Amino acid sequence: MVLQRFARGLLFLGVSLLVLIPNVSVKAAGGVAVPAQDWSFSGVFGTFDRGELQRGFHVYKEVCAGCHSLNYVAFRNLGDLGFNDEEIKVIAKEYEVEDGPNNDGEMFTRTAIPSDTWPAPYPNDNAARAGNNGALPPDLSLMVDARVGGADYLYALLSGYHEVPKGQEVADGMYYNAYYPGNQIAMPSPLSDDGVEYGDGTKATINQQARDVSAFLAWATEPNMEQRKRMGVKVLIFLIVMTGLFYVSKRRIWADVH
Amino acid sequence: MSEPKFNNSLVRWIDHRLPVFTFMHHEMHEYPTPKNLNYWWNFGSLAGIVLVIMIMSGIVLAMHYTAHVDHAFQSVERIMRDVNYGWLVRYIHANGASFFFIVVYIHIFRGLYYGSYKAPRELLWMLGVVILILMMATAFMGYVLPWGQMSFWGATVITNLFSAIPLVGESIVTLLWGGFSVDNPTLNRFYALHYLLPFVIVGVVVLHIVALHRFGSNNPLGIDVRGNQDTISFHPYYTVKDAFGLGVFLILLSAVVFFLPNSMGHPDNYIPANPMVTPAHIVPEWYFLPFYAILRAIPDKLFGVLAMFAAIGVLFILPWLDRSPVRSATFRPIYKVMFWVFLFDCVALTWLGAKPAEGIYVLLSRLFTAYYFFHFLILLPALSIFETPRSLPKSIGRPVLDGGGGAMAAAPAATRERS
Amino acid sequence: MSDTNEGTTRRDFIHVASATAGALGVACVAWPFIDQMNPAADTLALSSTEFDVSGVEEGMAVTIVWRGKPVFIRHRTKKEIQEASEVKLDDLPDPQVDSDRTTRPEMLVLLGVCTHLGCVPLGQSATDPKGEWGGWFCPCHGSHYDTSGRIRKGPAPTNLAVPPYKYISDSVIKIG
Repeated sequence: MVLQRFARGLLFLGVSLLVLIPNVSVKAAGGVAVPAQDWSFSGVFGTFDRGELQRGFHVYKEVCAGCHSLNYVAFRNLGDLGFNDEEIKVIAKEYEVEDGPNNDGEMFTRTAIPSDTWPAPYPNDNAARAGNNGALPPDLSLMVDARVGGADYLYALLSGYHEVPKGQEVADGMYYNAYYPGNQIAMPSPLSDDGVEYGDGTKATINQQARDVSAFLAWATEPNMEQRKRMGVKVLIFLIVMTGLFYVSKRRIWADVH
Repeated sequence: MSEPKFNNSLVRWIDHRLPVFTFMHHEMHEYPTPKNLNYWWNFGSLAGIVLVIMIMSGIVLAMHYTAHVDHAFQSVERIMRDVNYGWLVRYIHANGASFFFIVVYIHIFRGLYYGSYKAPRELLWMLGVVILILMMATAFMGYVLPWGQMSFWGATVITNLFSAIPLVGESIVTLLWGGFSVDNPTLNRFYALHYLLPFVIVGVVVLHIVALHRFGSNNPLGIDVRGNQDTISFHPYYTVKDAFGLGVFLILLSAVVFFLPNSMGHPDNYIPANPMVTPAHIVPEWYFLPFYAILRAIPDKLFGVLAMFAAIGVLFILPWLDRSPVRSATFRPIYKVMFWVFLFDCVALTWLGAKPAEGIYVLLSRLFTAYYFFHFLILLPALSIFETPRSLPKSIGRPVLDGGGGAMAAAPAATRERS
Repeated sequence: MSDTNEGTTRRDFIHVASATAGALGVACVAWPFIDQMNPAADTLALSSTEFDVSGVEEGMAVTIVWRGKPVFIRHRTKKEIQEASEVKLDDLPDPQVDSDRTTRPEMLVLLGVCTHLGCVPLGQSATDPKGEWGGWFCPCHGSHYDTSGRIRKGPAPTNLAVPPYKYISDSVIKIG
């Protein structure tokens, strides 16, 4: 009898989750189906791979940062990647940020400190467009959440600059990409084999760089992901135990009514 | 009912001057609740608890949010990244809104199935519809606050609807916007109202519960309580049952908050609002989709708007559309089937609301919209006249022993008032 | 049966356990809601400031910001240091030896907030009034501070506060 109720309860829970989860499909994708990837941070127990994040950071710094800002990431956040305070200060010192006004009323530039956010490559959107044939390279801080398919999509996009299929036209100034909605993207393939040199010796193929930078951007989008999942496991275990206790209490109290 | 004796002298001192303890004892220990309520009756208290969760998480977010077009998006990101546990409070608030509507929609469908809107509970039902409307206004304005692409364009589309009103439409829209388009004045006033309305909802919920306690809860059999043998005290029976239901609810909410926090949202809202670029598909949050489908189904702008509002408005007059004296669908064989058809219709409209307005989706939206109004305006009144209900049990206490014995009089028996 | 209502509130262990679990859950949820009011990560990142004092020449003073408040950095002349160290402690409303207020005697680092009611005293630029003791003068209610930042005359009860700082290199101090 208890098993029957338990099974019913489980069925209800399962159906509820099945109803809630596919809500993802409410959005219109508009693009080609994106192949699913295996990420270290997927799933209930997912965590970031620090080595992967550092390589991805290297790719961002050397390749993407020339055009794409990362406005919501501060140098001090790089501690998540495994850098200590001194290393972060050294990284920050390579960059200049605008500050001021000084006592003369003028704006000035100074080297960055850990509390600064990543300096943008262009001072404003218009300058960014002017430097990129009218196209605006979007900020990357939230790119994994801002696209259907998330990190899978970013990986597919970056490694998807395939040969133009026969018969397909590509407009002037645009490039063919197998996964970009509409298949024509204003950004030329940013990655090339051995385009960067990894400090840990990993071979920097296009796919490797694409994977690493996608993982890095997943971190940039949600640096608190690991804390969220760790807490989630604890909370769910507690709630399941607590609900179980409530259920037994309920049956005990209702015993004289049934 | 005799006054309860409190052992604690401080409690007695307070209660003598402000009878809160007597009141609570009355409501919890003495308030007679039908003994046969099933789990579909958990959703009312659940809705109340979710309201409290939304208010608490909302107040915390308000400590860190900035309602200005230049700072709103960034202030939300600061909450997600820098504020201690900010990500947790934000995800609870955003997903809590979705769960609030899930709980309330189930609560409403429970009412539809068991005839909880029928005499003498018409006003209770109408207060509930008022709460639903307030919730929709609150949720709509809340979604604008992060100032993402969907925030901005959803606000633009929905506020533009009011221009359909003849003569004064354009002026009303300008009044709502505080300018010539959705911009900073709009965002600021939406913030003020989004903070205010939940407390208005609390007030209406109080009225809703007062109206409920006037005649007590309906029950799955839909027949009136006849005496003490049909009821049990709310505490501890339903307090513990509600606690269990709350536990199950929190498990589902936590599963989403901690592991699928963006599954019910839209990626475009992680892009800062850009008045120069319209997203490919503007979609409201899922709980507005059926009404969005109805809006788009009617080709005329004004009638589309009227149909959308009428879809909620028709709920107000439901007690007078469905005049069957039998409350519970358990004893209404035709209505029971039509209830499930109606539920399917609502789910279909939800699904269609997310689809682009082209091709077969247009035809389907019109079909299901027509059926929605057919259900309320034609089917229910017809059933009131033509449906032959099954015979009702004599009482709640002994439905099995006396089942089928002598059909009860069609008119609802004299409702037992609480003294 | 309604007469069992009395017996249903018996203190069974299971009910105590359930109530305890519930209370524990509420307490655990309360903490994030309280902790969110504590300083956020970006605020904490600004809790310390570094500054290179080598740019401050002798006789010059610079004002920087630390935790939203002004910090006075003055490169004292030998005359100012001598005046400050020769003061008799009995003359001071808040007695403090000058050498206790600096790590290096020539570089004075003080919180630029008057200890009376919080105004920012004048005295940082050459044209500012410096009060009767050549240090700082608070225009709000007339407090005078000497070349060690100690209160000499006026309503302020204590000397200008020395913020926690240390030299992390030959010329760079880290405040906070």
